[in-house]
Amino acid sequence: MILFEAPNLILALPELVLAVLAMLLLLLSVAGKAENYRLIAKMGVFALMTAAAVTFNFYGQAGTTFGGMFVADNFSSYMKLLVLAGSAVSLLMATKYLEREKTNRTEYPVLIVFSTLGMMLMISANNLISLYMALELQSLPLYVLAAIQRDSVRSTEAGLKYFVLGALSSGLLLYGSSLIYGFTGATGFEQIASALQGQTAVSLGVVTGMVMILAGLAFKISAVPFHMWAPDVYEGAPTPVTAFFAIAPKVAAIALITRVFMGPFGDMAEQWRQVIVALSIASMALGAVAAVTQTNIKRLLAYSSIGHMGYALIGLAAADKAGIQGIVIYITIYMVMSIGAFCIVLMMKQKDKMVENISDLSGLAKQQPLLALAMSVMMFSMAGIPPLAGFFGKLFIFQSAINAGLYTLAVIGVLTSVVAAYYYIRIIKVMYFENAEEELDKAADTGLNLILTAASLAVVFFILLPSPLLASAGAAAQSLIK
Amino acid sequence: MIAFPVLSLITFLPLLGVLLLMTVRGDEKSVAGNARSIALVTSLAVFALSVYMYMGFDKASADFQFVEARSWFSGLNIFYKMGVDGISVFFILLSTLLTPICILASWESIQKRVREYMIAFLLLETMMVGMFAALDLVLFYVFFEGVLLPMFLIIGVWGGPRRVYAAFKFFLYTLLGSVLLLLAVLALYHQFGTTDIPTLMQASVPLEMQKWIFLAFLASFAVKVPMWPVHTWLPDAHVEAPTAGSVILAGVLLKMGGYGFLRLSLPMLPQASEYFTPLMFTLSVIAVIYTSLVALAQEDMKKLIAYSSVAHMGFVTLGIFTLTTQGMQGAMFQMLSHGVVSAALFLCVGVVYDRLHTREIGRYGGLVKNMPRYATAFMIFMLASVGLPGTSGFVGEFLVLLGAYQVNTLATALAATGVVLGAAYMLYLYKRVVFGELTRADVKAMTDISPREIAIFVPLIALVFWMGIYPSSFIDPMAPALEKIITRYNEANAISLPKEVQP
Repeated sequence: MILFEAPNLILALPELVLAVLAMLLLLLSVAGKAENYRLIAKMGVFALMTAAAVTFNFYGQAGTTFGGMFVADNFSSYMKLLVLAGSAVSLLMATKYLEREKTNRTEYPVLIVFSTLGMMLMISANNLISLYMALELQSLPLYVLAAIQRDSVRSTEAGLKYFVLGALSSGLLLYGSSLIYGFTGATGFEQIASALQGQTAVSLGVVTGMVMILAGLAFKISAVPFHMWAPDVYEGAPTPVTAFFAIAPKVAAIALITRVFMGPFGDMAEQWRQVIVALSIASMALGAVAAVTQTNIKRLLAYSSIGHMGYALIGLAAADKAGIQGIVIYITIYMVMSIGAFCIVLMMKQKDKMVENISDLSGLAKQQPLLALAMSVMMFSMAGIPPLAGFFGKLFIFQSAINAGLYTLAVIGVLTSVVAAYYYIRIIKVMYFENAEEELDKAADTGLNLILTAASLAVVFFILLPSPLLASAGAAAQSLIK
Repeated sequence: MIAFPVLSLITFLPLLGVLLLMTVRGDEKSVAGNARSIALVTSLAVFALSVYMYMGFDKASADFQFVEARSWFSGLNIFYKMGVDGISVFFILLSTLLTPICILASWESIQKRVREYMIAFLLLETMMVGMFAALDLVLFYVFFEGVLLPMFLIIGVWGGPRRVYAAFKFFLYTLLGSVLLLLAVLALYHQFGTTDIPTLMQASVPLEMQKWIFLAFLASFAVKVPMWPVHTWLPDAHVEAPTAGSVILAGVLLKMGGYGFLRLSLPMLPQASEYFTPLMFTLSVIAVIYTSLVALAQEDMKKLIAYSSVAHMGFVTLGIFTLTTQGMQGAMFQMLSHGVVSAALFLCVGVVYDRLHTREIGRYGGLVKNMPRYATAFMIFMLASVGLPGTSGFVGEFLVLLGAYQVNTLATALAATGVVLGAAYMLYLYKRVVFGELTRADVKAMTDISPREIAIFVPLIALVFWMGIYPSSFIDPMAPALEKIITRYNEANAISLPKEVQP
């Protein structure tokens, strides 16, 4: 009898590396002076890159470890790389802003790194308990980050709001988990799957538990009707934090939802499909309609991200390989577009003060043609206009919907994308068709410029070389299909 | 045959010009001057290349020529595939001809943000040519919708007072149609596992699916054509767009709808095309009569010509859905003729607009006295638009009516009234603008067309007469490709129709 089985640490090596480095970072930041922000931030980026390198090195190594609590496969490797890259980039984006707003405290990088660790664990969660732990590890730093501008009422309000609603969603998730445990007698994903396998009539308790879990997770991706926090938090949190919210946690949460619903509940697709479809339609519609009247660009991007999550969920509703491949492609492109858009929001200042109204962008095409061009590339791409990358994201999502016979969903999806196009091109209108009342300052942040350039080039030239992304997304999707 | 990938070169050469334009440095005036020259040289080079391509084109063949295929999406059956047949080759020539003309026409009238303007036009050229040359549905769609980006900016940045409204209306209307086309493309891909247009042209799509896909295609192409009742974006877009924007809109962009019907709807969905023919006839006839009447009442020159475009495109859709040799040749010819004539008419409006900065018909009058050369050019295009024998407009309308008469006499009779109405509104326009007393001082002060403007009009006048006097040089190369569509249509519908019982 084996009392203790040594876990296969190689599978969890990226997380272990990042955890060790994160704790070192914490020690350093406590020991050092508060002015050391830049050093700590650089080390944070280094830690994230190291974890990414380790992930890349062991890319696609499959298996479970820690008694089945932790799973690694192509999907997890891909998503982890995405999350790590997103976190590193958003950390780089933050420096100038935080220094200007005097919030450049050394906690910031540490919290980002811990939260990223939580996201990686979420992506690899293979048990309801590890899922919950990872989710909390990811969420707690986020609550603090949202409120990091302690002197700002808006920021603290955002943090509190996020915390209260986040706690509620955690409660829902836990309640759902307990129901699932009660009705299947298991918390491990494989065990749940085998308990549910071949059941013709699934018990009401399992369905209720599953819906509760979905509700908890839908909160994390801000799918309607669990989106209420997003616009307020996006608007209230400091812009780099908002950028981080839009980039990394969304990726991790959508990965988690995909794994949970394709894994343990994979055989119940008929039961949950309609719920996903409803979430998806509601998100797309609200994301499109509510954004129309926004004047604050951060709020607008919040609604835009709600809409984007609706499109990503179409792929889950399809519940097959093409659908998951669509999700992976979509979320990758979404991340790049969000990075680009938030770079521009971070550059928006007048007379050295940050501004965030859409009207502040007016006349940008005349003063800073390249910046305006980059922004219009991002906006057209988010609207899904070819030949930009955003179009291909939508293309694969809709293709999976058509393959799965979800015609109504696809039609609603394309129609809302037209409505959404209205507010994206409204931003272009402001930049190109209007004259400035007050000009934006010229951006002097080389880091942001570089990131923005890279993101724009990726969005524009994706059309030339789509195959690598397609192939890795395909491999990632395959690993979730039994 | 030409050894190098000529179609890709024609499509993407304008992008080289864009790249050059981006590198231009200096003060605003020299940038503007250089930008104009670079754009003109690039577009002329593209035109020369496309003429060279046409000279190597086998006019007797119905097959696709200069075909290029490269892998694009690995693992999916979607390729980068280009090729032309007798239908698309003319549209490519039309696009590459009109682009330098547009650039010349904007030489003086566009003074702000010249560089960006030229970039937009060259981008537009890439999109247009690419769309006509694409032989893969996804590639086709990318170009088809990609046209929106530069056109949106052209209307919105360099347009008239209500440009924002017009640009949004244009963008959203067209996008709404296009997204349904996208779903239809995906449905075809799902069914047949390929987006290769030549393959799908031979595929037999289930009847029920054909109907749905036809409607989705229709939503997209009808907006582009535009057909009644989804034409309302066109007058707004035309009125607000700068002259060259109107030219390219009327000259090429409207043809994308007709091209779509010919390239996709008819060959892929022959049975649904037959099923929906009555609908198409009805819409076409309404377009011809209704918009002609509307055109009669216009006070704005551009609006009048915009409505006349809708009427003329009504003839095109009527001709296409007759599925007779004459009707389809007529429709194709009408599209080419309209591409030249309406473009020229918008240029005529642009000439006087540049001088007086108004398009109100009532502000003009008596131009024949101080602008005789202009009056002559305007007259030629006006008569071509009316359909005077000897000009290009006659051939198209005549063939369409000839073809339609074999299929549906009522529709033909009704559409023929459009010819009369067309003469009425065009002559009325001409009378008010060119004849009459020359009373107003500012109109008196207008100068006749400059050498640059003559250079714009001469090739178009030559084309109008060439097409009118010797149409065979245009009809013969397109005939085999059209015949192929008709054969396919007849075969498909003969199979699907229940065999009649012999008594």
